[in-house]
Amino acid sequence: MAVPALQMSGISKSFNGIKVLQDVGFELLRGEVHALMGGNGAGKSTLMKILTGVYEMDAGQIRIDGNEVKIQTPADAEKHGISMIFQEFSLVPTLTVAQNIFLGREPKTKAGFIDDKQCTELTRRLLEDLEVDMKPSDLVADLGVGFWQMTEIAKALSKETKILIMDEPTSSLTKRESEILFSLIERLKSRGISIIYISHRMEEIYRVCDRITILGDGRHLVTDDTSRLDMDSVIGHIAGKNLDKFEWKERPVSGNGEAILQVSGLKTDNRLNGVTFELKQGEILGFAGLMGSGRTETLRALFGIDAWTDGEVRIHGKPVRMKSPKDAIRCGLALVPEDRREQGLVLEHEVKDNIMLPSISKIAGPLGFVNDRKGNRNSEEWVRKLSIKTDSIHKTTRLLSGGNQQKIVFAKWLANAPEIIMLDEPTIGIDIRAKTEIIDMIRDLATEGKSILVVSSELTELLAVCDRILVFHDGRVVNQYNRKDIQSEEELQHAIQYF
Amino acid sequence: MQSNTSEAKATVAWTRKFNWRQYIVYIAFIVVFAYFAITLNSDGFLTSNNIMNIVRQTAIISIMAVAMTFVISAAEIDLSVGSIAALASLTSALALEHGYGIMGAIVAGLGTGLAIGTVNGWLVTKVSIPSFLVTLGMMGIAKGFAMWITDTAPVPILNENFSYIFGSGDIGKIPVLLIWTLVIAVIGHVVLRKTTFGRRTLATGGNQNAARFSGVNVARTKLMVLAASGLIAGLAGMLYAGRMHSGRFTFGEGDELSVIAAVILGGTSLFGGVGTVVGTVIGSLMIGTINNGLIIMGLDVSQQMIIKGLIIILAVAFGRKAVNK
Repeated sequence: MAVPALQMSGISKSFNGIKVLQDVGFELLRGEVHALMGGNGAGKSTLMKILTGVYEMDAGQIRIDGNEVKIQTPADAEKHGISMIFQEFSLVPTLTVAQNIFLGREPKTKAGFIDDKQCTELTRRLLEDLEVDMKPSDLVADLGVGFWQMTEIAKALSKETKILIMDEPTSSLTKRESEILFSLIERLKSRGISIIYISHRMEEIYRVCDRITILGDGRHLVTDDTSRLDMDSVIGHIAGKNLDKFEWKERPVSGNGEAILQVSGLKTDNRLNGVTFELKQGEILGFAGLMGSGRTETLRALFGIDAWTDGEVRIHGKPVRMKSPKDAIRCGLALVPEDRREQGLVLEHEVKDNIMLPSISKIAGPLGFVNDRKGNRNSEEWVRKLSIKTDSIHKTTRLLSGGNQQKIVFAKWLANAPEIIMLDEPTIGIDIRAKTEIIDMIRDLATEGKSILVVSSELTELLAVCDRILVFHDGRVVNQYNRKDIQSEEELQHAIQYF
Repeated sequence: MQSNTSEAKATVAWTRKFNWRQYIVYIAFIVVFAYFAITLNSDGFLTSNNIMNIVRQTAIISIMAVAMTFVISAAEIDLSVGSIAALASLTSALALEHGYGIMGAIVAGLGTGLAIGTVNGWLVTKVSIPSFLVTLGMMGIAKGFAMWITDTAPVPILNENFSYIFGSGDIGKIPVLLIWTLVIAVIGHVVLRKTTFGRRTLATGGNQNAARFSGVNVARTKLMVLAASGLIAGLAGMLYAGRMHSGRFTFGEGDELSVIAAVILGGTSLFGGVGTVVGTVIGSLMIGTINNGLIIMGLDVSQQMIIKGLIIILAVAFGRKAVNK
């Protein structure tokens, strides 16, 4: 049997005494596309960061083409022919494709100037080889997202890459762009390049991958040929080994069952394709679906961030239109956004300033003078109510932990007394204790009569809090379930994948 | 929670450092002032006459710097203030010359500033051109108009009341310019610290996205700070006109740089989100004090420029870490 292109064995890694990888093995053959799967916190990204030299492993061995290698820095990884294509692309939009591909290692003329001719020629050959329809002189900013990825791949190949890691490569691509990517993957395979393919989309994995490896809880669970591992057992492995388990408690619905928010046929240029649903007073409604299926985009549209091209929204039966977050706030909406550091908080400002920002006009007099004593009192109250751990309300927000920062985002909205609270990945990147607290908080809010929309990629979380779950696909709601009727996480995973 | 306590300790240490750095401009000002007071005592540095001189010389920069504090806090910039001042000095002088009286001159001067500032704001927010470019262009346009309307000729101001109110008068021993500076600074301080507009300006500069997601009308905030900066530059132009008894296209030349230096020296972050009007005024006074002291010391202009530049770079270098880390 041929020597594998990559062999990782006995890989272990801990952070602050917490084991994130334990004795994990992974093998990649030449010209193989190998899916790496597992839930959040399974250890996929840590394993890949070790392979690309971002982290150093505590124990274990990496062999490339049978020879043991040491990978301690990203430069080492590159030297051994390992490249990763990130979800967020690392291209400079104002440069051309050729300039991007050779950025930092441009071929030089004898006089020491950049050899543009050679740069263009090498790129042209590379693109021809990949059979992609781009010119070296194309400006990256003018190209579609799909071509950005092609450029990244071309860049990786120009560095003599033998092992290519793709992390959710299709999440930002359209169907057609995905097709182009899949055929490119076929060509790369035939050239002997090995690919590690990280994705949550089963359909794709069954289409392009030869083998599947599943990690769970930092351990290796299973590796087998795609043909011998059916979707049910894959889902079983992933769901069965989730790090965090939350109990679902049936909750008395506080409201009178009246629909507070009615959305029908909502469309935007940002993927929404006619979203229709109803949210009842006091209800927690979950949005499930793959990345790019329209969950987050629905929240953005309702909050007046993305413009609507069609559709109707009613609150308490009255038609409303949100053209800006300000309109949405006036309609009683609040949004805890996906990226709390970028969209939720002014990190350099005090805790109190962040908490008071949305409701600042409520504590201001007619001339716009802010009543600071009232503001401080309100902030103190919310810090206490949500048990936010901070020395003082005057502390710089950046210095708090992720969980406490997220609670501040909750506090700033609760201080504004919204009726409908929209949560986008409310527990992303925070520790398990804070997660539990936030999940309890969401339940309590609904019990107090708030109506809540939750988007989450962590199905355990959706199952723990929701009264009802909608499944999104391709910019529409394709299915809905009462929580009572869902027996297990596997069932929900099926609903998302088996569309 | 071992990590919590160590984090808390680090925070305490950090806070102590932060405060020290945040107040660097006050410390620097006291040091500079004390140094001149001791070494130049016999040369009359400390006389009330000289102190009032410093105030007069810095007043117009201080006033424009107060408005610039808002612009920079919102993470924008306004390079056109000097040219706006020049044009406003001429429009108000022309209004007087044509017999529209003091009210006419005020409308002309402030109107010029407000109009140009609003156009700046409109181009930045509605046409999405970076403020650096918009105001760089506007700097040339306003200056060009200032040269054109009188064919570069100065316009004398004979109205003594106008001159008295706008810059050349003294109430007892107190220059009217000092009163203008105080009034603008107090208004600026209160608006930045105590009103919703001030908080929204800081939030916009601190994180535009988060501000938008919190319901702040980011575009309107930016438009308003740029319009206000133009308006105040118009006032500055009238003060030049009143002080010099004329309108001239050369007034305010290079002021934009002194104004920005005063703001940054005062502790306002060039990246937005952190701003202080009091710091700005102290920053402006410090530049003025250095100027004044170096002149009394008998240094020639070239030496003054070098020393002034070095002090500005040093002070900002010390203060900068407070904002960045």
